[in-house]
Amino acid sequence: MKLTHSAAFLAAFSMVSGMAAAETTLSVLIDNNPETVTLMETLAAAYTAAHPDVTFDIEQRNGGSEGDNLVKTRLATGEMADVFNYNSGSLFQALNPATTLTDLSDLAAQANVVDSFKPTVTAPDGTVRGIPFGSAMGGGIYYSRKIYAELGLSVPKTFDEFMANNAKVKEAGKVPVATTFGDTWTSQLFVLADFYNVQAENPNFAADYTANKAKYATTPGADRGFKYLEDVFKAGYMNADFGVAKFDDGLRMIATGEAAHYPMLTFGIGTIKQNFPENLNDVGFFAQPGPTADKNGLTVWMPSALYIPAASENADVAKDFLSFVASVEGCNTMIGATGATGPYLIKGCELPADVPPAVADMLPYFQGEGMTAPALEFLSPIKGPALEQITVEVGSGIRPAAEAAALYDQDVEKQAKQLGLPNW
Amino acid sequence: MAQKRASPYPYWFVLPSAVVFITLFLVPTLVSFWFSLTRWDLFTAEYIGLDNYRQFFKEPFLVQGLINTLIYAVTTSGAKTVLGLLLAVLLTSGIWMQSFLRSVVFFPVLVSTIGVGITFTVLMHPTKGSINIALSYLGIDGPTWLADPALALYSVAFIDVWKGVGLATLIYIAGLAAISPDYYEAARIDGATRLQQFWRVTVPLVRPATVTVITLSLIGGLRSFDVIWATTRGGPGFASDVLASVIYKQYQAGFYGLSTAGNVILFLLIAVIVIPMTAWFQKRELDL
Repeated sequence: MKLTHSAAFLAAFSMVSGMAAAETTLSVLIDNNPETVTLMETLAAAYTAAHPDVTFDIEQRNGGSEGDNLVKTRLATGEMADVFNYNSGSLFQALNPATTLTDLSDLAAQANVVDSFKPTVTAPDGTVRGIPFGSAMGGGIYYSRKIYAELGLSVPKTFDEFMANNAKVKEAGKVPVATTFGDTWTSQLFVLADFYNVQAENPNFAADYTANKAKYATTPGADRGFKYLEDVFKAGYMNADFGVAKFDDGLRMIATGEAAHYPMLTFGIGTIKQNFPENLNDVGFFAQPGPTADKNGLTVWMPSALYIPAASENADVAKDFLSFVASVEGCNTMIGATGATGPYLIKGCELPADVPPAVADMLPYFQGEGMTAPALEFLSPIKGPALEQITVEVGSGIRPAAEAAALYDQDVEKQAKQLGLPNW
Repeated sequence: MAQKRASPYPYWFVLPSAVVFITLFLVPTLVSFWFSLTRWDLFTAEYIGLDNYRQFFKEPFLVQGLINTLIYAVTTSGAKTVLGLLLAVLLTSGIWMQSFLRSVVFFPVLVSTIGVGITFTVLMHPTKGSINIALSYLGIDGPTWLADPALALYSVAFIDVWKGVGLATLIYIAGLAAISPDYYEAARIDGATRLQQFWRVTVPLVRPATVTVITLSLIGGLRSFDVIWATTRGGPGFASDVLASVIYKQYQAGFYGLSTAGNVILFLLIAVIVIPMTAWFQKRELDL
């Protein structure tokens, strides 16, 4: 295979246009989020237009832990596609990147990638193994601009103000906080998106947490996210079907003005744009408020990344494709495909002026100094797998918040041991 | 019986099945014992002694998972046995459209479990599901069947029974057919009522079928996973987690050694429960 490929490459380089080149088919595995699919299909079409000898075979997989499982198994058995997308940060570390992925440190296009992204796809040996795919996201709270206008509410800067708004929304007969525990992962937002506030109080939390010195249960303020879940449940601020409602229901509720708030990552904007285009301007966004108004900032999620497995037989073509994705041209192709959903991590890739309000609400945090913090999963390789079940318990009144934080500390231990971290 | 008889077949005759058995069953079983003693990420396995077992028993959800497993196995097995027998009696009594009704009862067994799970998730939706809509016409405010922590496990058990009772019925129909009509005739001559016939003739004589139904449904209940995963995924929280779903979640999280240790424990648990039970049933059968 190697021989024929270099031959194909030589041929492609020396070929006068119009003559048939040896064809390469790049296999691609991506998650089945509609936005991801649109992005990849558009990128692939654009690349094939410029390189007619390269075609794509795009395969979709489930997200969540089922997807994690599939990606790990296919990597381990050498059955992975030539290019695949997967989370950066702690989930990337669990792939054993130093042995399973191709080293992309020397890729010329790495010069285009914003430096803050690189640590989240860097293997323990210091080599960079991925390039960003899609835009950075904020974790916080969507709000219905319609309901806010009707009730004369203003964007809360503290959690108390947030709860006061909720009280008024409930009085008006609307759902204060859309809650969708039918998709368990959506239950984690209050905890994960509170990390800006946790770090503002405890600047060393991430490092101490990785070193087994700091705990959610015992660090002051760290368990606040769990308490928020408990407060919202106790006040009865959720929709009646909160236990079975799904992510799509949450987006519907916030888009159509059934609910006033929905704690979520901003990547939902793309889906709102597809499913409720006429409601796109009714949805706003704010960072999760903390205890005080003077420290108000956004917890940021890095985009997922594209990787090439070490076992790929088309690594050279795949690298060239990734270089395209990491270029300004590739970035503009992505914006053209789904519209701007957040800042892209490619230098020189500017967002258009007419972004949806929820995105416009998020951008000022990125422009201000010290107004963003990466989510914990991008600062520490450990994330406990049972967090989503634990947050469902707290949010459904099954387990008190204080106990939940301690339980999560126990859950995290397994991940740390599996990674073989020191001090655990 | 104690004396071992020489097999009438030459060795080469059993060779193909022996190869299949050894490569696909024996070797993986032995290898899994080894991997349960390692920290395994599918790429490398590092020997860590009994740490996985220690970790598994420290698992906070394990105790609840174990209790749930037992509750689930006993409820589903009990319900399938009782309902299966009653349905079998009904369906052998020569009622109208008997064979059609028999196939109706058996039909859920043939349907994909995942499909059944998804269907019931829709039916049991608290506000839009048919069950609660029907209840609301009766003036009853139906519960959140699959998301109420006190109810979820039993809702799933109900689905399991609905799906599995057909098999129990089938076994019982075969068992009932094996009872000689002479017994019933004798009982009638002695003046036994229908109820007495049921308790004194049917129940004791259908025993072999009962043993089969209980054993099969109890093993099925102990390692049950698919219905639970298709409906609640062990939730809300951990309220309907059973041993198998705890193990599966560890596997999904990439704790391969730990989940292998869990499987070894599940294997031992089923063996500890089922082997003495079958022995006890067989002994009783000989006494009869």
